[in-house]
Amino acid sequence: MDQELKREILLENYSNPFHKETKEDFQKANANNVSCIDDINVFIKIEDDKIVDAYFDGEACAISTASTSIMVKKIIGMTVEEAKKYIENFDNMVNEKEYDKENMDEALAFDEIYKQQSRKTCATLPYRALEKLLTKK
Amino acid sequence: MHREDFPMFKEDIIYLDNGATTFKPKSVLNKMNEYYETYSANAHRGDYSISYKVDVEYEGARKKIAEFIGADTEEVVFTSGTTEGLNIIASGFFEKLLEPGDEIVITNAEHASNVLPWFRLAKKTGAIINYIPLDANLHVTLDNVKSVVTPRTKVISIAEITNVVGDVRPIKEICAWAHENNIFVVVDGAQSVPHKKTNVKESDADFLVFSGHKMCGPTGVGVLYGKKELLEEVEPLTLGGGMNESFDNENEVYLKDIPHRLESGTPNIAGAIGLGEAVSYLERVGMDEIMLHEQRLKEYLVSKLRKLPYINIVNEEADSGIVAFNVEGIFSQDVAYFLNKYNICVRAGNHCAKILKKSIGVKNTVRVSLYFYNTYEELDSLVELLSDKDKIMKEMME
Repeated sequence: MDQELKREILLENYSNPFHKETKEDFQKANANNVSCIDDINVFIKIEDDKIVDAYFDGEACAISTASTSIMVKKIIGMTVEEAKKYIENFDNMVNEKEYDKENMDEALAFDEIYKQQSRKTCATLPYRALEKLLTKK
Repeated sequence: MHREDFPMFKEDIIYLDNGATTFKPKSVLNKMNEYYETYSANAHRGDYSISYKVDVEYEGARKKIAEFIGADTEEVVFTSGTTEGLNIIASGFFEKLLEPGDEIVITNAEHASNVLPWFRLAKKTGAIINYIPLDANLHVTLDNVKSVVTPRTKVISIAEITNVVGDVRPIKEICAWAHENNIFVVVDGAQSVPHKKTNVKESDADFLVFSGHKMCGPTGVGVLYGKKELLEEVEPLTLGGGMNESFDNENEVYLKDIPHRLESGTPNIAGAIGLGEAVSYLERVGMDEIMLHEQRLKEYLVSKLRKLPYINIVNEEADSGIVAFNVEGIFSQDVAYFLNKYNICVRAGNHCAKILKKSIGVKNTVRVSLYFYNTYEELDSLVELLSDKDKIMKEMME
Protein backbone atom coordinates (compact mmCIF):
# COMPACT_ATOMS: atom_id res chain seq x y z
CA MET A 1 0.00 0.00 0.00
CA ASP A 2 1.57 3.31 -0.95
CA GLN A 3 2.01 6.20 1.47
CA GLU A 4 -0.48 8.43 -0.26
CA LEU A 5 -3.24 5.82 -0.05
CA LYS A 6 -2.43 5.12 3.60
CA ARG A 7 -2.66 8.77 4.45
CA GLU A 8 -5.97 9.04 2.62
CA ILE A 9 -7.40 6.06 4.49
CA LEU A 10 -6.31 7.43 7.85
CA LEU A 11 -7.51 10.92 7.14
CA GLU A 12 -10.85 9.70 5.86
CA ASN A 13 -11.39 7.55 8.94
CA TYR A 14 -10.32 10.40 11.20
CA SER A 15 -12.39 13.10 9.53
CA ASN A 16 -15.45 10.91 8.95
CA PRO A 17 -15.18 8.14 11.48
CA PHE A 18 -17.40 5.12 11.03
CA HIS A 19 -20.11 4.52 13.67
CA LYS A 20 -18.85 7.15 16.10
CA GLU A 21 -21.80 7.29 18.42
CA THR A 22 -22.51 6.43 22.05
CA LYS A 23 -24.56 3.25 22.45
CA GLU A 24 -25.60 2.96 26.05
CA ASP A 25 -27.43 -0.35 25.58
CA PHE A 26 -24.38 -2.12 24.08
CA GLN A 27 -21.54 -3.79 25.93
CA LYS A 28 -18.90 -1.14 26.56
CA ALA A 29 -15.19 -1.11 27.25
CA ASN A 30 -12.88 1.84 27.70
CA ALA A 31 -9.29 2.11 26.62
CA ASN A 32 -7.03 4.97 27.50
CA ASN A 33 -3.41 5.56 26.96
CA VAL A 34 -1.46 6.24 30.14
CA SER A 35 1.26 8.10 28.31
CA CYS A 36 -1.10 10.43 26.48
CA ILE A 37 -4.66 11.66 26.52
CA ASP A 38 -6.41 9.20 24.20
CA ASP A 39 -9.66 8.06 25.72
CA ILE A 40 -11.93 5.76 23.70
CA ASN A 41 -15.01 3.67 24.42
CA VAL A 42 -15.86 0.72 22.18
CA PHE A 43 -19.46 -0.52 22.12
CA ILE A 44 -20.42 -3.92 20.73
CA LYS A 45 -23.55 -6.01 20.53
CA ILE A 46 -23.09 -9.78 20.52
CA GLU A 47 -25.87 -12.14 19.47
CA ASP A 48 -25.36 -15.90 19.17
CA ASP A 49 -21.62 -15.50 19.54
CA LYS A 50 -21.50 -13.01 16.70
CA ILE A 51 -20.72 -9.28 16.77
CA VAL A 52 -23.86 -7.94 15.12
CA ASP A 53 -23.06 -4.27 15.61
CA ALA A 54 -20.27 -2.02 16.88
CA TYR A 55 -19.76 1.67 17.63
CA PHE A 56 -17.26 3.89 19.44
CA ASP A 57 -16.97 7.29 21.06
CA GLY A 58 -14.39 9.33 22.92
CA GLU A 59 -11.59 11.77 22.28
CA ALA A 60 -8.32 10.61 20.80
CA CYS A 61 -5.57 11.45 18.35
CA ALA A 62 -5.90 10.92 14.61
CA ILE A 63 -4.10 7.57 14.64
CA SER A 64 -6.25 6.18 17.46
CA THR A 65 -9.47 7.51 16.02
CA ALA A 66 -8.72 6.20 12.54
CA SER A 67 -7.66 2.84 13.92
CA THR A 68 -10.85 2.55 15.95
CA SER A 69 -13.02 3.51 13.00
CA ILE A 70 -11.33 0.88 10.83
CA MET A 71 -11.61 -1.77 13.56
CA VAL A 72 -15.28 -1.10 14.21
CA LYS A 73 -16.00 -1.41 10.48
CA LYS A 74 -14.06 -4.67 10.28
CA ILE A 75 -15.50 -6.56 13.23
CA ILE A 76 -19.18 -6.20 12.45
CA GLY A 77 -20.34 -9.63 11.34
CA MET A 78 -17.39 -11.51 12.84
CA THR A 79 -17.85 -14.30 15.36
CA VAL A 80 -16.14 -13.82 18.70
CA GLU A 81 -13.47 -16.33 17.67
CA GLU A 82 -12.87 -14.55 14.35
CA ALA A 83 -12.57 -11.22 16.12
CA LYS A 84 -10.02 -12.65 18.56
CA LYS A 85 -7.99 -13.95 15.62
CA TYR A 86 -8.24 -10.56 13.95
CA ILE A 87 -6.90 -8.84 17.07
CA GLU A 88 -3.99 -11.28 17.18
CA ASN A 89 -3.27 -10.73 13.51
CA PHE A 90 -3.34 -6.95 13.92
CA ASP A 91 -1.02 -7.13 16.94
CA ASN A 92 1.38 -9.33 14.97
CA MET A 93 1.40 -6.81 12.15
CA VAL A 94 2.25 -3.82 14.33
CA ASN A 95 4.85 -5.86 16.22
CA GLU A 96 6.66 -6.86 13.03
CA LYS A 97 5.76 -10.52 13.44
CA GLU A 98 4.36 -12.78 10.75
CA TYR A 99 0.78 -12.02 9.97
CA ASP A 100 -1.86 -12.79 7.40
CA LYS A 101 -2.33 -9.91 4.95
CA GLU A 102 -5.55 -11.38 3.63
CA ASN A 103 -8.71 -9.58 4.65
CA MET A 104 -6.92 -6.84 6.57
CA ASP A 105 -8.30 -4.22 4.18
CA GLU A 106 -7.89 -0.69 5.52
CA ALA A 107 -6.09 -1.94 8.63
CA LEU A 108 -3.06 -2.45 6.38
CA ALA A 109 -2.60 1.31 6.61
CA PHE A 110 -0.86 0.54 9.93
CA ASP A 111 1.58 -2.04 8.58
CA GLU A 112 4.50 0.32 9.04
CA ILE A 113 3.46 1.89 12.31
CA TYR A 114 6.33 0.02 14.01
CA LYS A 115 8.58 2.67 12.50
CA GLN A 116 6.99 5.15 14.88
CA GLN A 117 7.30 3.35 18.20
CA SER A 118 5.55 6.13 20.07
CA ARG A 119 2.45 5.77 17.88
CA LYS A 120 2.11 2.01 18.19
CA THR A 121 0.05 2.29 21.35
CA CYS A 122 -2.24 4.76 19.57
CA ALA A 123 -2.96 2.30 16.76
CA THR A 124 -3.53 -0.67 19.07
CA LEU A 125 -5.58 1.22 21.67
CA PRO A 126 -9.06 0.19 20.42
CA TYR A 127 -7.93 -3.43 20.17
CA ARG A 128 -7.24 -3.42 23.91
CA ALA A 129 -10.82 -2.29 24.52
CA LEU A 130 -12.20 -4.92 22.15
CA GLU A 131 -10.10 -7.58 23.83
CA LYS A 132 -11.64 -6.71 27.19
CA LEU A 133 -15.11 -7.09 25.71
CA LEU A 134 -14.42 -10.44 24.08
CA THR A 135 -12.69 -12.08 27.02
CA LYS A 136 -15.33 -10.86 29.47
CA LYS A 137 -17.53 -13.72 30.61
CA MET B 1 16.78 37.18 26.95
CA HIS B 2 19.78 35.40 28.49
CA ARG B 3 19.65 32.36 26.23
CA GLU B 4 23.41 32.01 26.38
CA ASP B 5 23.12 31.00 30.03
CA PHE B 6 21.24 27.78 29.17
CA PRO B 7 23.08 24.70 27.89
CA MET B 8 19.79 23.28 26.55
CA PHE B 9 19.70 25.94 23.87
CA LYS B 10 22.64 24.25 22.20
CA GLU B 11 19.94 21.84 21.04
CA ASP B 12 17.97 22.91 18.02
CA ILE B 13 14.75 23.22 19.94
CA ILE B 14 11.92 25.66 20.51
CA TYR B 15 10.76 25.01 24.03
CA LEU B 16 7.28 26.28 24.84
CA ASP B 17 6.33 24.03 27.74
CA ASN B 18 7.63 26.08 30.63
CA GLY B 19 4.49 25.51 32.65
CA ALA B 20 5.63 21.89 32.90
CA THR B 21 9.25 22.59 33.68
CA THR B 22 11.97 25.07 32.74
CA PHE B 23 15.54 24.80 31.50
CA LYS B 24 18.38 25.27 33.97
CA PRO B 25 21.08 27.91 33.66
CA LYS B 26 24.72 26.90 33.87
CA SER B 27 25.13 28.67 37.21
CA VAL B 28 22.57 26.37 38.85
CA LEU B 29 24.20 23.26 37.40
CA ASN B 30 27.63 24.47 38.49
CA LYS B 31 26.42 25.18 41.99
CA MET B 32 25.00 21.66 42.31
CA ASN B 33 28.08 20.06 40.83
CA GLU B 34 30.23 22.05 43.19
CA TYR B 35 28.38 20.44 46.09
CA TYR B 36 28.81 16.93 44.71
CA GLU B 37 32.43 17.49 43.73
CA THR B 38 33.88 19.53 46.57
CA TYR B 39 31.82 19.26 49.79
CA SER B 40 29.62 16.23 49.35
CA ALA B 41 28.65 15.59 52.99
CA ASN B 42 25.40 15.45 54.94
CA ALA B 43 23.65 18.46 56.45
CA HIS B 44 23.18 19.36 60.12
CA ARG B 45 26.09 17.22 61.18
CA GLY B 46 28.90 19.74 61.17
CA ASP B 47 31.65 17.80 62.91
CA TYR B 48 34.08 18.45 60.11
CA SER B 49 34.73 21.23 57.64
CA ILE B 50 32.95 20.03 54.53
CA SER B 51 29.85 19.12 56.54
CA TYR B 52 29.90 22.56 58.10
CA LYS B 53 30.05 24.00 54.60
CA VAL B 54 26.92 21.99 53.70
CA ASP B 55 25.07 23.61 56.59
CA VAL B 56 26.22 27.05 55.55
CA GLU B 57 25.17 26.54 51.91
CA TYR B 58 21.91 24.74 52.70
CA GLU B 59 20.78 27.31 55.24
CA GLY B 60 22.11 30.05 52.98
CA ALA B 61 19.81 28.81 50.22
CA ARG B 62 16.88 28.90 52.64
CA LYS B 63 17.70 32.49 53.54
CA LYS B 64 17.94 33.56 49.89
CA ILE B 65 14.63 31.93 49.07
CA ALA B 66 13.00 33.51 52.12
CA GLU B 67 14.18 36.94 51.00
CA PHE B 68 13.00 36.21 47.46
CA ILE B 69 9.41 35.75 48.67
CA GLY B 70 9.54 38.26 51.52
CA ALA B 71 9.40 35.65 54.30
CA ASP B 72 11.41 35.05 57.45
CA THR B 73 14.04 32.33 57.07
CA GLU B 74 12.42 29.91 59.52
CA GLU B 75 9.17 30.13 57.58
CA VAL B 76 10.68 28.35 54.57
CA VAL B 77 10.44 24.55 54.58
CA PHE B 78 12.13 22.55 51.83
CA THR B 79 9.85 19.96 50.24
CA SER B 80 10.03 17.79 47.15
CA GLY B 81 7.77 20.23 45.33
CA THR B 82 4.36 21.88 45.22
CA THR B 83 2.54 18.57 45.46
CA GLU B 84 4.20 17.57 48.70
CA GLY B 85 3.68 21.05 50.09
CA LEU B 86 -0.07 20.96 49.48
CA ASN B 87 -0.32 17.48 50.98
CA ILE B 88 1.52 18.62 54.11
CA ILE B 89 -0.83 21.57 54.48
CA ALA B 90 -3.99 19.52 53.93
CA SER B 91 -3.04 16.54 56.09
CA GLY B 92 -0.64 18.14 58.56
CA PHE B 93 -2.52 21.34 59.33
CA PHE B 94 -6.15 21.20 58.28
CA GLU B 95 -6.91 17.60 59.19
CA LYS B 96 -6.97 18.33 62.89
CA LEU B 97 -8.78 21.60 62.37
CA LEU B 98 -11.76 20.61 60.22
CA GLU B 99 -15.03 19.35 61.66
CA PRO B 100 -17.77 17.57 59.73
CA GLY B 101 -19.69 20.14 57.70
CA ASP B 102 -16.81 22.62 57.54
CA GLU B 103 -16.10 23.90 54.05
CA ILE B 104 -13.05 23.91 51.80
CA VAL B 105 -13.15 26.29 48.84
CA ILE B 106 -11.23 25.65 45.60
CA THR B 107 -11.96 26.18 41.88
CA ASN B 108 -12.57 23.91 38.90
CA ALA B 109 -9.39 25.19 37.29
CA GLU B 110 -6.96 23.92 39.92
CA HIS B 111 -4.15 21.48 39.20
CA ALA B 112 -4.68 17.93 40.53
CA SER B 113 -2.24 18.70 43.39
CA ASN B 114 -4.60 21.34 44.68
CA VAL B 115 -7.66 19.13 44.30
CA LEU B 116 -6.91 15.57 45.33
CA PRO B 117 -5.42 16.30 48.81
CA TRP B 118 -8.61 18.27 49.58
CA PHE B 119 -10.82 15.48 48.23
CA ARG B 120 -9.17 13.04 50.60
CA LEU B 121 -9.33 15.47 53.48
CA ALA B 122 -13.04 16.02 52.85
CA LYS B 123 -13.67 12.27 52.95
CA LYS B 124 -11.65 11.87 56.13
CA THR B 125 -13.10 14.78 58.08
CA GLY B 126 -16.62 15.04 56.67
CA ALA B 127 -15.83 18.50 55.32
CA ILE B 128 -17.49 19.76 52.14
CA ILE B 129 -15.78 21.13 49.02
CA ASN B 130 -17.23 24.17 47.31
CA TYR B 131 -16.07 25.68 44.04
CA ILE B 132 -15.61 29.36 43.32
CA PRO B 133 -17.57 30.06 40.12
CA LEU B 134 -15.34 31.37 37.32
CA ASP B 135 -16.46 34.44 35.38
CA ALA B 136 -16.95 34.57 31.59
CA ASN B 137 -13.19 34.84 31.08
CA LEU B 138 -12.66 31.91 33.48
CA HIS B 139 -11.18 34.29 36.05
CA VAL B 140 -11.64 34.37 39.81
CA THR B 141 -12.94 37.63 41.27
CA LEU B 142 -13.32 38.59 44.90
CA ASP B 143 -17.09 38.80 44.40
CA ASN B 144 -17.13 35.24 43.12
CA VAL B 145 -15.14 34.13 46.14
CA LYS B 146 -17.62 35.88 48.44
CA SER B 147 -20.53 34.22 46.65
CA VAL B 148 -19.43 30.73 47.68
CA VAL B 149 -18.09 31.37 51.16
CA THR B 150 -20.30 30.63 54.19
CA PRO B 151 -19.74 30.86 57.94
CA ARG B 152 -18.58 27.23 57.76
CA THR B 153 -15.76 27.98 55.29
CA LYS B 154 -12.39 27.33 56.90
CA VAL B 155 -9.97 27.48 54.00
CA ILE B 156 -9.66 28.83 50.47
CA SER B 157 -6.97 27.07 48.44
CA ILE B 158 -6.22 28.45 44.97
CA ALA B 159 -3.40 28.91 42.53
CA GLU B 160 -2.20 32.49 42.11
CA ILE B 161 -1.82 31.72 38.39
CA THR B 162 -3.56 28.68 36.93
CA ASN B 163 -1.66 26.37 34.65
CA VAL B 164 -4.31 26.19 31.92
CA VAL B 165 -6.16 29.50 31.93
CA GLY B 166 -3.15 31.48 33.12
CA ASP B 167 -5.22 34.12 34.87
CA VAL B 168 -3.67 36.00 37.77
CA ARG B 169 -5.93 35.79 40.82
CA PRO B 170 -6.31 38.77 43.19
CA ILE B 171 -4.60 37.00 46.10
CA LYS B 172 -4.03 40.09 48.21
CA GLU B 173 -7.70 41.12 48.11
CA ILE B 174 -8.84 37.58 48.74
CA CYS B 175 -6.52 37.23 51.74
CA ALA B 176 -7.62 40.53 53.25
CA TRP B 177 -11.29 39.65 52.97
CA ALA B 178 -10.81 36.02 54.02
CA HIS B 179 -8.89 36.99 57.13
CA GLU B 180 -11.64 39.38 58.19
CA ASN B 181 -13.85 36.31 58.08
CA ASN B 182 -11.40 33.99 59.85
CA ILE B 183 -10.67 31.92 56.78
CA PHE B 184 -7.20 30.61 55.95
CA VAL B 185 -5.80 31.13 52.44
CA VAL B 186 -3.47 28.59 50.83
CA VAL B 187 -1.75 29.75 47.64
CA ASP B 188 -0.43 27.35 45.01
CA GLY B 189 2.44 29.37 43.60
CA ALA B 190 3.78 26.78 41.15
CA GLN B 191 2.92 28.95 38.13
CA SER B 192 3.26 32.37 39.76
CA VAL B 193 6.45 32.43 41.85
CA PRO B 194 8.64 31.69 38.76
CA HIS B 195 7.03 34.49 36.76
CA LYS B 196 6.11 37.42 38.99
CA LYS B 197 7.39 39.13 42.08
CA THR B 198 6.06 37.41 45.18
CA ASN B 199 5.87 38.89 48.65
CA VAL B 200 4.07 36.90 51.30
CA LYS B 201 4.03 39.76 53.77
CA GLU B 202 2.32 41.95 51.21
CA SER B 203 -0.20 39.34 50.04
CA ASP B 204 -0.64 38.06 53.60
CA ALA B 205 -1.14 34.48 52.35
CA ASP B 206 -1.16 31.95 55.18
CA PHE B 207 0.60 29.27 53.19
CA LEU B 208 2.39 29.40 49.82
CA VAL B 209 3.88 26.43 47.97
CA PHE B 210 5.97 26.22 44.84
CA SER B 211 8.40 24.01 42.90
CA GLY B 212 12.04 24.61 42.07
CA HIS B 213 12.13 23.06 38.61
CA LYS B 214 9.55 25.48 37.19
CA MET B 215 11.82 28.42 38.06
CA CYS B 216 15.20 27.39 36.63
CA GLY B 217 15.97 25.20 39.62
CA PRO B 218 16.46 21.45 39.88
CA THR B 219 13.71 18.83 39.96
CA GLY B 220 12.72 17.25 43.25
CA VAL B 221 12.88 20.34 45.42
CA GLY B 222 10.27 22.90 46.35
CA VAL B 223 9.18 25.18 49.13
CA LEU B 224 6.41 25.29 51.67
CA TYR B 225 6.03 28.74 53.19
CA GLY B 226 3.78 29.18 56.18
CA LYS B 227 3.31 31.99 58.66
CA LYS B 228 5.46 31.09 61.65
CA GLU B 229 2.59 30.65 64.08
CA LEU B 230 0.82 28.34 61.62
CA LEU B 231 3.89 26.27 60.74
CA GLU B 232 4.27 25.67 64.49
CA GLU B 233 0.93 23.85 64.36
CA VAL B 234 1.74 21.67 61.34
CA GLU B 235 2.00 18.00 62.26
CA PRO B 236 5.07 16.44 60.59
CA LEU B 237 3.78 13.75 58.22
CA THR B 238 7.09 11.92 58.19
CA LEU B 239 9.25 11.29 61.22
CA GLY B 240 12.87 10.26 61.48
CA GLY B 241 16.33 11.66 61.44
CA GLY B 242 17.08 15.34 61.14
CA MET B 243 13.76 16.39 62.64
CA ASN B 244 14.01 15.17 66.25
CA GLU B 245 15.92 16.70 69.13
CA SER B 246 16.02 13.63 71.35
CA PHE B 247 13.95 10.60 72.34
CA ASP B 248 14.12 7.93 75.04
CA ASN B 249 10.86 6.09 74.69
CA GLU B 250 7.51 6.60 72.97
CA ASN B 251 6.46 9.12 75.58
CA GLU B 252 9.57 11.18 75.45
CA VAL B 253 10.14 12.41 71.91
CA TYR B 254 11.34 15.94 71.45
CA LEU B 255 11.24 17.49 68.02
CA LYS B 256 13.33 20.25 66.55
CA ASP B 257 11.96 23.71 65.90
CA ILE B 258 10.48 24.70 62.56
CA PRO B 259 11.45 24.53 59.80
CA HIS B 260 13.70 21.50 60.51
CA ARG B 261 10.90 19.63 62.27
CA LEU B 262 9.16 19.40 58.90
CA GLU B 263 12.23 18.16 56.98
CA SER B 264 12.81 14.59 58.08
CA GLY B 265 15.56 12.44 56.64
CA THR B 266 18.54 13.62 54.66
CA PRO B 267 17.20 16.52 52.64
CA ASN B 268 17.66 17.07 48.92
CA ILE B 269 20.83 19.04 49.65
CA ALA B 270 22.00 19.58 46.08
CA GLY B 271 18.45 20.46 45.11
CA ALA B 272 18.02 23.06 47.84
CA ILE B 273 21.40 24.63 47.12
CA GLY B 274 20.57 24.60 43.40
CA LEU B 275 17.24 26.28 44.06
CA GLY B 276 19.00 28.94 46.11
CA GLU B 277 21.20 29.65 43.11
CA ALA B 278 18.17 29.66 40.79
CA VAL B 279 16.62 32.36 42.94
CA SER B 280 19.80 34.44 42.75
CA TYR B 281 19.82 33.94 39.00
CA LEU B 282 16.19 35.08 38.63
CA GLU B 283 16.94 38.14 40.73
CA ARG B 284 19.82 39.00 38.44
CA VAL B 285 17.49 38.74 35.45
CA GLY B 286 14.85 40.73 37.32
CA MET B 287 11.36 39.50 38.17
CA ASP B 288 9.68 42.61 36.75
CA GLU B 289 11.55 42.21 33.47
CA ILE B 290 10.57 38.55 33.36
CA MET B 291 6.89 39.31 33.75
CA LEU B 292 6.93 42.15 31.27
CA HIS B 293 8.72 40.12 28.60
CA GLU B 294 6.32 37.21 28.97
CA GLN B 295 3.28 39.47 28.76
CA ARG B 296 4.61 41.07 25.59
CA LEU B 297 5.35 37.68 24.06
CA LYS B 298 1.88 36.51 24.96
CA GLU B 299 0.19 39.54 23.42
CA TYR B 300 2.27 39.08 20.30
CA LEU B 301 1.33 35.41 19.99
CA VAL B 302 -2.36 36.05 20.64
CA SER B 303 -2.47 38.82 18.03
CA LYS B 304 -0.93 36.45 15.47
CA LEU B 305 -3.12 33.46 16.34
CA ARG B 306 -6.25 35.59 16.22
CA LYS B 307 -5.69 36.03 12.50
CA LEU B 308 -6.09 32.30 11.94
CA PRO B 309 -9.85 31.68 11.83
CA TYR B 310 -9.61 27.99 12.70
CA ILE B 311 -7.76 28.61 15.94
CA ASN B 312 -9.80 29.01 19.10
CA ILE B 313 -7.95 30.60 21.98
CA VAL B 314 -9.34 29.55 25.33
CA ASN B 315 -7.72 32.26 27.47
CA GLU B 316 -7.18 35.45 25.46
CA GLU B 317 -7.76 37.61 28.50
CA ALA B 318 -5.19 36.07 30.85
CA ASP B 319 -2.27 38.20 32.06
CA SER B 320 0.41 35.54 32.24
CA GLY B 321 2.55 33.88 29.60
CA ILE B 322 0.19 30.97 29.00
CA VAL B 323 -1.80 30.57 25.76
CA ALA B 324 -4.22 27.65 25.52
CA PHE B 325 -5.89 26.98 22.19
CA ASN B 326 -7.31 24.40 19.83
CA VAL B 327 -7.04 24.00 16.07
CA GLU B 328 -10.58 23.38 14.87
CA GLY B 329 -11.13 19.76 13.89
CA ILE B 330 -7.72 18.57 15.03
CA PHE B 331 -7.12 16.79 18.31
CA SER B 332 -4.73 18.76 20.50
CA GLN B 333 -2.25 15.91 20.71
CA ASP B 334 -2.02 15.71 16.92
CA VAL B 335 -1.11 19.40 16.84
CA ALA B 336 1.64 18.68 19.38
CA TYR B 337 2.89 15.70 17.36
CA PHE B 338 2.99 17.85 14.25
CA LEU B 339 4.91 20.67 15.93
CA ASN B 340 7.34 18.17 17.41
CA LYS B 341 8.44 17.27 13.87
CA TYR B 342 9.79 20.80 13.69
CA ASN B 343 11.40 20.59 17.16
CA ILE B 344 8.75 22.70 18.80
CA CYS B 345 7.74 21.47 22.25
CA VAL B 346 4.21 22.26 23.36
CA ARG B 347 1.94 20.43 25.74
CA ALA B 348 -1.37 18.85 24.74
CA GLY B 349 -4.01 17.61 27.11
CA ASN B 350 -5.91 18.67 30.16
CA HIS B 351 -2.74 19.85 31.94
CA CYS B 352 -3.72 18.01 35.12
CA ALA B 353 -6.79 20.21 35.52
CA LYS B 354 -9.24 17.41 34.90
CA ILE B 355 -12.29 19.10 36.33
CA LEU B 356 -11.81 22.26 34.29
CA LYS B 357 -13.78 20.77 31.39
CA LYS B 358 -16.91 21.49 33.41
CA SER B 359 -16.18 25.18 33.05
CA ILE B 360 -14.67 25.57 29.60
CA GLY B 361 -16.51 22.81 27.80
CA VAL B 362 -13.36 21.48 26.18
CA LYS B 363 -11.40 18.72 27.76
CA ASN B 364 -8.06 19.14 26.05
CA THR B 365 -6.07 22.04 24.65
CA VAL B 366 -2.70 22.82 23.16
CA ARG B 367 -0.79 24.88 25.69
CA VAL B 368 2.05 27.26 25.01
CA SER B 369 3.69 28.40 28.24
CA LEU B 370 6.41 31.00 27.92
CA TYR B 371 9.44 32.03 29.92
CA PHE B 372 11.83 34.94 29.75
CA TYR B 373 14.21 33.10 27.42
CA ASN B 374 11.61 32.66 24.68
CA THR B 375 11.79 34.97 21.68
CA TYR B 376 9.53 36.60 19.12
CA GLU B 377 11.34 34.63 16.41
CA GLU B 378 10.37 31.36 18.10
CA LEU B 379 6.75 32.42 18.12
CA ASP B 380 7.01 33.37 14.44
CA SER B 381 8.16 29.82 13.67
CA LEU B 382 5.23 28.42 15.65
CA VAL B 383 2.69 30.65 13.95
CA GLU B 384 4.10 29.91 10.52
CA LEU B 385 3.54 26.19 11.06
CA LEU B 386 0.06 26.72 12.46
CA SER B 387 -0.79 28.92 9.46
CA ASP B 388 -1.02 25.92 7.17
CA LYS B 389 -3.85 23.72 8.38
CA ASP B 390 -3.59 21.39 5.38
CA LYS B 391 0.02 20.75 6.22
CA ILE B 392 -0.92 19.87 9.81
CA MET B 393 -3.59 17.46 8.57
CA LYS B 394 -1.17 15.96 6.11
CA GLU B 395 1.76 15.49 8.43
CA MET B 396 0.26 14.87 11.85
CA MET B 397 0.08 11.11 11.40
CA GLU B 398 3.48 10.55 9.87
